[in-house]
Amino acid sequence: MKLLKIALTSAVRIAFVTACVSPLTALADITIGSVLSLTGPAGFLGVPEKRTLDIYVDRINAAGGVLGQKIKLITYDDGSKADQARTYATRLVEDDRVVAMVGGSATGTSMAMLPVFEETKTPFISISGGAQIIDPVRKYVFKPPQTDIMACQKVFEDMRKRNITRIAMLYGTDGFGMAMRNACLAWQERSGIKIEHEESYGPSDADVTPQLSNIRKLTSIQAVLSPGIGQGPAIVTRNFRQVGMTVPLYLSHGAATNGFIGLAGAAANGVRLPGPALLVAESLPDSDPQKKVVLEYKNVYEAAAKEPVSAFGGYAHDGLLLLVDAIRRAGSTDRDKIRDEIEKTRGFMSTVGEINMSPTDHLGITLSAFRMLEIKDGKWHLAE
Amino acid sequence: MTSAIQFTFSGLTMGAIYALVAIGFVLIYNASSVVNFAQGEFVMLGGMLAVTFVGLGLPLPLACLASIALTTLVGLLLYLLAIRPAGDASVVSLIIITIGASIFIRGVAGVLLGKGIHQMPDFLTWQGLNIAGASLGSQSLLVLIGTSAIVLALWFFLARTLLGKAIVATASDRLGAQLAGISTSLVIALCFVVSAAIGAIGGLLITPIGLTSYDFGAALAVKGFTAAVLGGLGNPLGAIVGGLTLGLLEAWSAGYISSLYKDAIAFIVLLAVLVLMPNGLMGRSSVERV
Amino acid sequence: MNALSRLEPRFRILLGLAILMAALPLVIDNAFYLRIAALVYIFALATLGLNLLMGFAGLVSLGHAGFVGIGAYTMAVGPTHLGWSSWTALVAGPALAGALAWLVGRPILKLRGHYFAVATLGLGLLISMVLNNETAWTGGPDGMTVPRLSAFGWTLRGATPWYWTSAGVLLIGAWVATNLIGSPTGRALRAIHDSDTGAGVLGVNVAQYKLAVFVLSAVFAAIAGAMLALFHGHITPESAGFMRSVEFATMAVLGGLGSILGSVVGTAILVILPQALVVFHEYEHVLLGLLMMVFMIFLRAGIVPSIMTRLGRSEL
Repeated sequence: MKLLKIALTSAVRIAFVTACVSPLTALADITIGSVLSLTGPAGFLGVPEKRTLDIYVDRINAAGGVLGQKIKLITYDDGSKADQARTYATRLVEDDRVVAMVGGSATGTSMAMLPVFEETKTPFISISGGAQIIDPVRKYVFKPPQTDIMACQKVFEDMRKRNITRIAMLYGTDGFGMAMRNACLAWQERSGIKIEHEESYGPSDADVTPQLSNIRKLTSIQAVLSPGIGQGPAIVTRNFRQVGMTVPLYLSHGAATNGFIGLAGAAANGVRLPGPALLVAESLPDSDPQKKVVLEYKNVYEAAAKEPVSAFGGYAHDGLLLLVDAIRRAGSTDRDKIRDEIEKTRGFMSTVGEINMSPTDHLGITLSAFRMLEIKDGKWHLAE
Repeated sequence: MTSAIQFTFSGLTMGAIYALVAIGFVLIYNASSVVNFAQGEFVMLGGMLAVTFVGLGLPLPLACLASIALTTLVGLLLYLLAIRPAGDASVVSLIIITIGASIFIRGVAGVLLGKGIHQMPDFLTWQGLNIAGASLGSQSLLVLIGTSAIVLALWFFLARTLLGKAIVATASDRLGAQLAGISTSLVIALCFVVSAAIGAIGGLLITPIGLTSYDFGAALAVKGFTAAVLGGLGNPLGAIVGGLTLGLLEAWSAGYISSLYKDAIAFIVLLAVLVLMPNGLMGRSSVERV
Repeated sequence: MNALSRLEPRFRILLGLAILMAALPLVIDNAFYLRIAALVYIFALATLGLNLLMGFAGLVSLGHAGFVGIGAYTMAVGPTHLGWSSWTALVAGPALAGALAWLVGRPILKLRGHYFAVATLGLGLLISMVLNNETAWTGGPDGMTVPRLSAFGWTLRGATPWYWTSAGVLLIGAWVATNLIGSPTGRALRAIHDSDTGAGVLGVNVAQYKLAVFVLSAVFAAIAGAMLALFHGHITPESAGFMRSVEFATMAVLGGLGSILGSVVGTAILVILPQALVVFHEYEHVLLGLLMMVFMIFLRAGIVPSIMTRLGRSEL
């Protein structure tokens, strides 16, 4: 009994010491930190992100590293919890002494972490969607991926082209779904769209037929927009066909993964959503400026991870390469110099589009970075 | 009219699954006073293991059987390695043990089976029914039929077989049953085995509808526990009533009142029921010896 | 006469705790570890409140994080939407939590055992649902920024100030709890824990005492929540969620129900362990679950009481 307790205490102590000793060996490397959601509701955002970071850090190190030094990547799992993320952010800065951070799978975790990076003057490239991360602009925080506002604008733009003006919204009550729902509500007037009816579903719900039944009753509805993430979009899509709804169904970029098509099956055909060029890499015209970057990422990722690409892995790819490029241009690992170089980024081609940062714009991309995609015969196609 | 029927179909389908989880809670609780929060993980394992086996090349029926067998084994191991060694631990300690077990099982599933979301095709290729404009998918129908079959089988088992009667005896008076020669340990192990099997079957039935992933069990355990308590924690019949009631409450709230607050409304009704009927919908009032 | 021996055993623990808190910064100079310690003290306050409810009154609560969430969100919503000063919010949060506990407590405290547990579960879920869904007020699932606490030009921020603040508040809470336990109220609570009916027959006003301890535990939780919000500078609905409630219950049970020191130990383990287990990456949850089971099987009365029994002491 006593032996067991001693063993347990020793195990914990050893683990702690190991955790503390590792940074000491990092003195010769460039230490980059990442806090991602590898478990919990946002887990399927974080897992491809971590894989991408691991794959590309290995590639960069194999090619000689950055400024003659190897990159050491330290990743923590925040379990989709914002306050855990903040604790790990503090750990990265004060314990692991990272040079910069690429991470923050979700808006909530990014928002919780950014005070840490602002206060310690550490560059932070967030890879989540929320517009509030870079609006107002914060000196040390950058966020390349598309925002929810852009997603709404893209969807509304496509709806107008099809003469759709009156829609219903069925959103997931997770962070992604609600953020996009709020963004769309705010933008509807400017885009000439009217959201006439709203329903919602919980992130772990298995059935949304009551909500769809209510939408189906309203004959004036011309299309349904359903922002959400995880299993929600797949269940919405399947139920949509099951209750026999025939109006167009738009999803959000939370479903911009090949996994979604697998989950939704035949029901996914005809669904449209704003997504990255990544998903239609092969069918892009050769003249498309993004084709080279997205095709290369797709091939590298799919060969190494043995699974199809997702938009989220792309965000991690962009964030890491943006940071590495800035470090190279800065010619040093000084945090302020790196920050300045990130801000000076021009014409940097990534999976989310061409990134042009400036002191007043830490987002860097425009609406053209989003493509309107449609699923046909179980595959992604460009719908524009 | 169409809507009302659609809401009811949805409510009954989910309610049936809650009922299966609740039955698992009640069976184990009655024999051993343990609230098994790992119950939801049995449902998760049912679906996830089947998906994994299918992915490894097994035909669907075989994958399902293997999944039930393996989950049942997990249930047995849970009892032997985590519950029985705890012996006379307090109720709260046992709750923490089962919560620890659910975290452990979830973690192992995440490592071995992956963290992705998976689907299974509907068991039947038939479209399902359409009654007055409301659709009831074939898999939903299977859930309802399957649940009814399990309930009937369970009733037969408990009422007509020797082992089943041993369980009932232990549940109603442990000391008396022991004096009659019934091994409490065996009975409780049996309850874990049966609960795990029921959970696994529930998981198989619901995965084609609701998809599955390694953390699918957590939310389900909460709903199942709620349904079990709502029904009175007394007997499996209460669990069924509790489960169906909870499912219907959620669906009707979503349809008629607010889909945003459907879970909240279901809980408010639950609280109201508990306040008015402190022993649940079908519980008997207990006698406390001082 | 030795002053120490004149102190009752219960208060000796408090003194020991205070000495430990004072000594710790001398050993730890790393700001990150000090922050972890501060986090432990903050959570320990909520766990302490829950311990009073579960350990002394014998009522299992699975929704305690809801009260933590109320205290936390008041610190965000008050200043941001209602123009309150942070100090007002600091008082309003616990007051609100206490009022809610009083209101809801009266009907649900009539429930026994698992029924009460489910009622608290429902209450906690209701609170977290409102916090999650009312985006206009609460910022929704992505949460809200919390303005820092300041007075006379000085702002509360940084690892060391937070260490002392949280340690001080916890110590005060522990002192209140210790006094409560030794008082007639405490004895009444323990009687109720052993048997509701029995205590009632002896003339204890069961309903009133249960309500009092329920409200007190809610206030403790809300104060902890307020500190948590100020400490992190950001708050999300998870702080009020079911998983967090389960964590608090685990901390209380793991450390030892009925033991004040146990609450601190249990909290420390559950806060520090995930940080230490991070080296195991993928296996973090596997090990966490395993450790939880092992601890509860072998130290089934909780860590502190089990150690105390071995050492031959009884009260803590």
